[in-house]
Amino acid sequence: MHNDTVTLYDVTLSSRLLLGTARYPSPAILAEAIRASGCEIVTVSLRREAGGARAGEAFWSLIRDVGVRVLPNTAGCRTAKEAIATAQMAREVFATDWIKLEVIGEEDTLQPDVFGLVDAARALSDDGFKVFPYTTDDLVVAEKLLDAGCRVLMPWAAPIGSGRGVNNAFALRALRAHFPDTPLIVDAGLGAPSHAALVMEMGYDAVLLNTAVSRAGDPVLMARAFALAIEAGRAGFRAQPMTPRDMAEPSTPIIGRPFDRLA
Amino acid sequence: MLARVIGAGVAGLCAAYALARKGVEVEIVERECAPGLGCSRFAGGMIAPWCELESAEPLVATLGEEALDFWSREIGIATIAGSLVVAPARERAELADFARRTRNFDSLDATDIAALEPDLAGRFDAALFFRQEAHLDPRAALIALTGRLAQTPNVTLHFHQDAAALATIPDWIIDCRGFAARDALPGLRGVKGEMLILRSDEISLTRPVRMLHPRRPVYVVPRGEGLFMVGATMIENEERARVTARSVVELVNSAFAVHPAFAEAEIVETGSDLRPAFANNLPRLLKRGHTLYINGLYRHGFLLAPALARRAAEVVVNDAYFPEVMDADSNQRAAAGCERDDVANAAGRTGV
Repeated sequence: MHNDTVTLYDVTLSSRLLLGTARYPSPAILAEAIRASGCEIVTVSLRREAGGARAGEAFWSLIRDVGVRVLPNTAGCRTAKEAIATAQMAREVFATDWIKLEVIGEEDTLQPDVFGLVDAARALSDDGFKVFPYTTDDLVVAEKLLDAGCRVLMPWAAPIGSGRGVNNAFALRALRAHFPDTPLIVDAGLGAPSHAALVMEMGYDAVLLNTAVSRAGDPVLMARAFALAIEAGRAGFRAQPMTPRDMAEPSTPIIGRPFDRLA
Repeated sequence: MLARVIGAGVAGLCAAYALARKGVEVEIVERECAPGLGCSRFAGGMIAPWCELESAEPLVATLGEEALDFWSREIGIATIAGSLVVAPARERAELADFARRTRNFDSLDATDIAALEPDLAGRFDAALFFRQEAHLDPRAALIALTGRLAQTPNVTLHFHQDAAALATIPDWIIDCRGFAARDALPGLRGVKGEMLILRSDEISLTRPVRMLHPRRPVYVVPRGEGLFMVGATMIENEERARVTARSVVELVNSAFAVHPAFAEAEIVETGSDLRPAFANNLPRLLKRGHTLYINGLYRHGFLLAPALARRAAEVVVNDAYFPEVMDADSNQRAAAGCERDDVANAAGRTGV
């Protein structure tokens, strides 16, 4: 149990929870949520907070003080070009080659533009970035992202901020089965701790959350609840659950039934 | 006793008022040429202690309740007409969440909304109505308060004056400089806010309307004579006085969703400044020798200034102590009735 770590690019982590940092009641509550969950990576949106120069520094330093690794993201970017420019700025500001790549194609659902995403992922990987692409559950897109140089994939469970949980369990299972050795992180759409437990039981490597925690009535308690659910789901996956049986519909003839039923 | 209040924004003017009422000789020193030229002038002016519970700690509502009486009766500048909270049909979950976090409201249906705000008839089918809340025009309020102070014999006002250049040493310095006090308060940060003032003769509202949205919540506050304040962005950066095109588009777009006639409104003004905030977004009275800092009012300047001013005056005159605004972080939250420390402890015990 204690040696169950996950490695993202060259970094080995014991927490399988990543937290976004937007829309908490205050930075102090964000920091408490991070501590209560044991999370080791937080995402920080750069594009809007950056403004000119290093205007977001006060907020970023509050996050840095918690002692977690920062995964800058390109939230709000709508073209590959914009995302690439934002990633380059993030590399300078946060001194990291990690980038969570978001290229939004549809404003209403915040669905990724997978074409722009693959283009940006290739350009950034070629430029030495370690790219964490926010993508849909599409298998072929996943394949193209790996071809483009990504070594981690972050498929959605449902649209960002919807809290719906897993919209398409079949697609997520197919993705997991198809890429057994690629770290897969469910990013977006989870609302309740049970959703996180479910994807961890499916064999996903980690979960990224923002709204589900930041907009909960008590974000600190919810962060903790998700951490426990992720730990439970992961343990459940490793423990190899029994295969479900459909006992309500016996497929054997009556003579094959257990003796007690014949009495 | 002489108290020098530095800064003539809402915090400084309220502090001066409270001190003067206790018989203290007060000298207000402001570097600008008039009162309220800092971030106070861009405030929404909503005295909405219960609505603010949506994202603020209970302490903000407790302190904020004191502001209702202060602005509406004592200064006589606020209108108690309630606050109306609506959400687009597809964002009804936001309304449910808002109701879960707040209190002191009635739930309204489409008929009630039409009765309350005829111009919103047919636009929303559910709303929350915070009947006891008030709103004011921040600029008019600061002028009224300054006028009141100017008539008070034990108060002097000095504009265009750098406090550091003054040779005399008062008994107390009340530092109300907002974000400018960052030199003395390293934990202070600025949270950028942008607002618009629109003019439209096609719409009439009686009270502030908050429209909820997961990404672009907005409020529209009627200021009279066809003017509406639309605010406000909340951005974690300290870039001052730059209103971005994106923010204008978002604010106008959201106002348009409240009422389509806003699309034809005139943009009278755009404004941007920094809200001074500590890491927990809670206000603080910080006593260092004979300097008392009133700061961290964040997005709640008009809501919190009267309560903080009263406490500041008690500190200066009677050496009082108010743990809810004078203790360190954890105690503040405990005083505010939260149980977050228990959660943190529970996390520590299980060692995850």
